[in-house]
Amino acid sequence: MSISAKAEDNTSLHTEHIHIHRDDVGAKLGMWLFLFTELLLFGGMFLIYMAYRLEYSTEFQISAKELDVALGTVNTLILLTSSLTMALSIAAIQRDKKILSMLFIVLTISLALAFMINKYFEWGAKFHHGIYPGSMELAEKSNGEIIFFGLYYSMTGIHGLHVLVGVVVLLFMLVFVARNKINSINYMKLENSGLYWHLVDLIWIFLFPLFYLLH
Amino acid sequence: MNLDNKEHEKSHLIGYGTYVLSWLVLLSLAILTVTVASIDLGNFTLFTALLIAAIKSALVIMIFMHIKYDEPIFKVFLTIALLVLLIVFVLMGFDIFYR
Repeated sequence: MSISAKAEDNTSLHTEHIHIHRDDVGAKLGMWLFLFTELLLFGGMFLIYMAYRLEYSTEFQISAKELDVALGTVNTLILLTSSLTMALSIAAIQRDKKILSMLFIVLTISLALAFMINKYFEWGAKFHHGIYPGSMELAEKSNGEIIFFGLYYSMTGIHGLHVLVGVVVLLFMLVFVARNKINSINYMKLENSGLYWHLVDLIWIFLFPLFYLLH
Repeated sequence: MNLDNKEHEKSHLIGYGTYVLSWLVLLSLAILTVTVASIDLGNFTLFTALLIAAIKSALVIMIFMHIKYDEPIFKVFLTIALLVLLIVFVLMGFDIFYR
């Protein structure tokens, strides 16, 4: 039907050998270099985390008990699933399934928003209990606990910011796919957005056990 | 250029099934890490948590980020970047322990 017609269209494009001035490997290498700078940004914060965790291990364990493990687990599952839908959207565009690819991008964006909504409720509950940077209640706690929550807010905060940036990037990709700017022979933009999105997932893979699962 | 594109088409077509399978393994590992955390393993708690996180990242990097199927130059770059990070962490660890 329409899919087979598209497939035919696709093969005819391939056999034509169009010479486009494009460097896909270079584009991807550039993306990876950017991801390495992100690795250093978060790596630095994980370094601070390590130093203070070794110094205040008991305080870190007490503070970690205040975090909602269930919410954290749900968010982990959400992000892992969004990574799957992201990868599937690229697999779909490679096979020239435009609508399917768009559907997977929309799913990825929805999962990212679900992650942020959970984060909102999680942070909201903490704020409600008077635990937020600079609060009186937090100031009365021990140094180790203040540092734990400082790191918790800054690290999950910057991670959350990356999720929001990911949503904006993916919205652009959705438009690009809709306008055929991204297609089965030129999908490097979507691929690079995918790399970014998986990095966001990777960071959460480490944030989750280090903050929520201390006992 | 042409050759390059052709090479791409071949190397990048990873099946939907591969992704779904990796996702299932990732979900199981996430559940595992939560379950293990509820058991008191003493000093091994952090170790097991980091080990599982490392396995999960390897899976995401290899399959979802296509490093397994990419040109060798990407593997070289990534290895160097991760080694730098590891060195920084190890040196920092020495500094903390032998202060």
